[in-house]
Amino acid sequence: MSSENRKYKWVGTRQIRPDGHDKVTGRAKFGSDFSVSGMIHGRVLRSPHAHAIIKSIDTSDAESLNGVKAIITSKDFKDQSPELKAAGEGMINYKDMTRNIMAREKALYDGHAVAAVAATTAEIAEAALELIKVDYEVLPHVIDVDEAMKDGAPILHEDMVPSGITIDGPTNIAKFVEFSLGDTKKGFEEADIIIERSYKTEAVHQGYIEPHAVVASVTEDGQAQIWCCTQGQFQVRAFVAQLLGMPTSSIRVTPSEIGGGFGGKTVVYLEPLATLLSKKSGKPVKMIMTREEVFRASGPTSGGSMTYKIGAKKDGKITAVEGSNKLLAGAFSGAPAGPACMCAVAPYDIKNVYINGYDVVVNRPKVAAYRAPGAPISAFGAESIIDEVAKELGIDPLTIRKLNAAKKGTQAAYGPTFREIGYEQTLDIAIEHDHYLSPLGPNQGRGVASGFWFNIGGESSATVNINEDGTAVVISGSPDIGGSRASLALMAAETLGIDYDKVRPIVADTASVGYNFVTGGSRVTFATGLAVVEAAKDAVRQLCERAAKIWEVDAEAVIWDDGHAKPASSNVGDFEPLSLSSLAGQANKTGGPICGHNAQNVQGAGPAFATHICDVEVDPETGNVTILRYTAIQDVGRAIHPSYVEGQIQGGAAQGIGWALNEEYIYNSKGKLDNPGFLDYRIPVASDLPMIDAVIVEVPNDRHPYGVRGVGEVPIVPPMAAVANAIENATGVRMSALPMSPPRLLAALDQANVKEAAE
Amino acid sequence: MAKHHISMTLNGEPTEFLCSTRQTLLDVLRDELNLTGSKEGCASGDCGACSVMVDDRLVCACLVLGAECDGKTVESIEGMADGENLHPLQQKFLEEAALQCGICTPGVLVAAKALLEKNNNPTETEVRYWLAGNLCRCTGYDKIVRAVMSTAADMRGDSK
Amino acid sequence: MNFAPVAYKPKGEKIKMESIQFRKPETVDEAVKLLQGADGNAKILAGGTDLLVQLRAHMIDPSVIVDIKHIDETRELTKNVDGSYTIGAAVAGAEAHERDDITADWPGVIEAWDLIGSTQIQGRASLGGNLCNASPAGDSVPAMVAAGMTANIAGPDGRRTLPVEEITAGPGKTNLKKGEFIVSFNLPAKPSNGGDAYLRLIPRTEMDIAVVGCGAALTLDDSGTVTSAKISLGAVAATVLVVEDAANAIIGTKLEPEAMSALDAACQAACNPIDDKRGTVEYRTKVAGVLGKRVVKIAADRAGNKV
Repeated sequence: MSSENRKYKWVGTRQIRPDGHDKVTGRAKFGSDFSVSGMIHGRVLRSPHAHAIIKSIDTSDAESLNGVKAIITSKDFKDQSPELKAAGEGMINYKDMTRNIMAREKALYDGHAVAAVAATTAEIAEAALELIKVDYEVLPHVIDVDEAMKDGAPILHEDMVPSGITIDGPTNIAKFVEFSLGDTKKGFEEADIIIERSYKTEAVHQGYIEPHAVVASVTEDGQAQIWCCTQGQFQVRAFVAQLLGMPTSSIRVTPSEIGGGFGGKTVVYLEPLATLLSKKSGKPVKMIMTREEVFRASGPTSGGSMTYKIGAKKDGKITAVEGSNKLLAGAFSGAPAGPACMCAVAPYDIKNVYINGYDVVVNRPKVAAYRAPGAPISAFGAESIIDEVAKELGIDPLTIRKLNAAKKGTQAAYGPTFREIGYEQTLDIAIEHDHYLSPLGPNQGRGVASGFWFNIGGESSATVNINEDGTAVVISGSPDIGGSRASLALMAAETLGIDYDKVRPIVADTASVGYNFVTGGSRVTFATGLAVVEAAKDAVRQLCERAAKIWEVDAEAVIWDDGHAKPASSNVGDFEPLSLSSLAGQANKTGGPICGHNAQNVQGAGPAFATHICDVEVDPETGNVTILRYTAIQDVGRAIHPSYVEGQIQGGAAQGIGWALNEEYIYNSKGKLDNPGFLDYRIPVASDLPMIDAVIVEVPNDRHPYGVRGVGEVPIVPPMAAVANAIENATGVRMSALPMSPPRLLAALDQANVKEAAE
Repeated sequence: MAKHHISMTLNGEPTEFLCSTRQTLLDVLRDELNLTGSKEGCASGDCGACSVMVDDRLVCACLVLGAECDGKTVESIEGMADGENLHPLQQKFLEEAALQCGICTPGVLVAAKALLEKNNNPTETEVRYWLAGNLCRCTGYDKIVRAVMSTAADMRGDSK
Repeated sequence: MNFAPVAYKPKGEKIKMESIQFRKPETVDEAVKLLQGADGNAKILAGGTDLLVQLRAHMIDPSVIVDIKHIDETRELTKNVDGSYTIGAAVAGAEAHERDDITADWPGVIEAWDLIGSTQIQGRASLGGNLCNASPAGDSVPAMVAAGMTANIAGPDGRRTLPVEEITAGPGKTNLKKGEFIVSFNLPAKPSNGGDAYLRLIPRTEMDIAVVGCGAALTLDDSGTVTSAKISLGAVAATVLVVEDAANAIIGTKLEPEAMSALDAACQAACNPIDDKRGTVEYRTKVAGVLGKRVVKIAADRAGNKV
């Protein structure tokens, strides 16, 4: 189906979101705001060691504490086989998952859950934790990806056999992937210049302000109800079912409002524990992570160690790129090595590419998805090295990108051929933007960088119920992180031809709507939106049939226009248009309730590209960096609700800036996390950032009725390189490790000054 | 140990509760009074999601003991709207899309209201530094700052 | 209710469901008696911005919390007849910041106090708490020291007064005796041609603990020559430092480049910092010199009425 650039009545307007009033008054219920009567409280005992064999756990003293109702350890969970099982789009290793939620043979990171207690008060649960005796045999640990790959490194899983690569003996390498196109040897021979560099990034946390929280209630008949803040209630249901050996149908998961996720709440930590504690105690159990637990024990994204080699001709045409991304996975395999490789140079038309990736386990919490997983890491390297090529050749950094830009018909190194895409448009806008043309002062510099993310589709189900009074309820199953309910309502209103105010979108639990894959992957407005539109069209079809019945004509003779059923032509007859509300009022007489449905595994997600421009000022005596100005230009396909699209772009850019400048995990020599709090895990605060100018480009995705691509993830891909390139421009110093915090930058500046003085 | 019997004024209403010494004002609001609008993001005063007013001072509720509140006047997010009528800041936040997930929003609104009551013509820098104690991970602060300044302009009667 | 996990240090002894007493004395004597009676196990509550964090993290285990905010002396903020100030130990930063007189006389003290945490923290944070928490990085302390502030202490043996720099003994430790607490501070009258300033270095623009903090107070004569100076560094040693060599480097000068270099070197030489999650030894040392120069310049501008 085509999507012409026509004027829409609702799509593209900035309506007030349907959940807005609850959110600005404090009424909205987030994960920890939920309570049920008779509820008891759960707490988790966590390993103080980065790597240790668990020789025994003695819970007897804790069990005898008055008020303790249940205690669980790994022996309460059935072991799982290592064969991957499907849950939604992903293939899941439950053997790893059961060990992550509750340590079995070993504690594999500081903060790893070892036991859990439910008691009548949180205070008693805390006291009970102190009575649990765990006998640890502390082992040497490793937290650095390069160290973990060396011979003689402490091994986390003796029996782990890597996939994609053969290694003699035990290893921490879980997976190896590689992508190639053309012949890089030949490509480098054609090059006039070749640059080779190494890069390093630190693990960073998604940083959602809301800690994980759950209330689980299992009744005597084995029925479980789970309320939790999650990006995917269907995932939670699937995981809990598998981990606890319960039938899927016996579990009902209701997602609360969610206080941020960014990928980090597409997994489970507390949910299986709370459910099992509830089963054992016979009472509903509430569990919340403290901020410290969130940092110690919930998934960050990988840190990476990368090398890139790039060859280019004098005119700027890139002839070859080779790269290697070694990403740390945390305690279990799962680093986004594949996407890191696939996205690294995806904005470019390069004929000879070879990029490989390693997924390496280390003694840290298991990584979880974080906004375009892997891509920001590899883009930091790729976009920095392209900048160096531009500088060496004396070509403007946007011009060199334009010269090599991927377009419709370009084959990406990871396989597919692009359909219509908007990358070049982002460059064209950047190069003429006021930001790019404005002057800079002393100690100031400007950097640009581009980025890419595939975006995904996935399982989506939606129902559109037409109420008797002509209003509509749109039921879907995608937790709303960024305003997607508003977008779904806009698209439904547009399709039905009724006012936005007459459409009520709700996010349903797992028992009330068909399967929906997680909110993530920039997929909700695209895929859930597509299902909503198709469900609305299904309702429209039924409404036309009802009109046909009333008029006693064939259904094909009725069309839908502007919220009304109309005769397809004057030949059909002289009938007054019937409004949706009028048809709705007659629904019972014409056949019964009108409900539109759609369920599908949505394909055809449109890849998204962005180009960012960043100005910095560097204090040469302290290494402090001020972000003076930031512009983010992105092709979103179609901005259904422009304000929330801008918001996604601004938020992703802000996270990328934090990643670039100050965010990192700091571990001490024992492998314990030294900064598990917002004081020393430094996300950007309001005074750290300027206004972020979000420029929306619309090159519609022809596989979506309104042209939507995803928007949420690409914005985090360019910022680190944009900031690094700006710092280089301001100081002449190239930072190749993140974060570019003041001590590191000052040391680099001082080293450069010493070198300069010596020359 | 007996609990403390505390009487205070909360959002204009006389309010009584029992609490232990350890319970913070945030614990009291959420667990004893069932007012979950103030959020716990960190329990250590670093995120501002629990911002409330105590005797006309903007504070983190997680850093005030419930037992301290005897005789005090406390205002939380639940008291910001006047019945059905949203405070201009609340309305502006909706119109300008100054929230995404909404978890930080109650704290930001309480803090912004305190700012505008003290200074009805803040510069962008003043707004940013005043709100530095309110962490937001979703918005990058852009639309929040714009909404606060736009509300200030409205309240001054400036034409935009 | 919500508690931070204590899995690091499993306690050997039996768990007692502790209950902490909460007391609100209205006189100094009452407070002293409570502190004495708790035999070292009492904690003072002023603004609570350190106490409640430590309580929640199980870093402290008091038997009684003594809220001193009901004692008038701890809440006053008075300009005395001679131009000096008496500042109650529990006065919140936000209150002080609203006072035009003290802000005009001692902008360095006020800006240092103001830098303790966010606006919300400012609604509670007190000088007494910031000092007695004895973090080497406490923002108000270098400015208090540079300004020549003293602390009025009450205890079982009566009252005594100590310069602020003699209060802290090491990270988390003070020189206060059992049963003693700080009731108020004395801030001298602003000297004519005097100026003070405080700067700190943090990685972000707000919300961080100081990596280095530097307070300076000086006086100039009519020719712009420095006639007296006190320079204090925070976060670069176990306690706040008074850097006499830095003061001597600029006294009698007009802050010419050579004097500033000597000041820089003196600040660096005085440092004895540690490597921790907030800064390295090299970084702190270097920046101490940078801040020393910058803060002295601001203080001098203020003294010469240029700011």
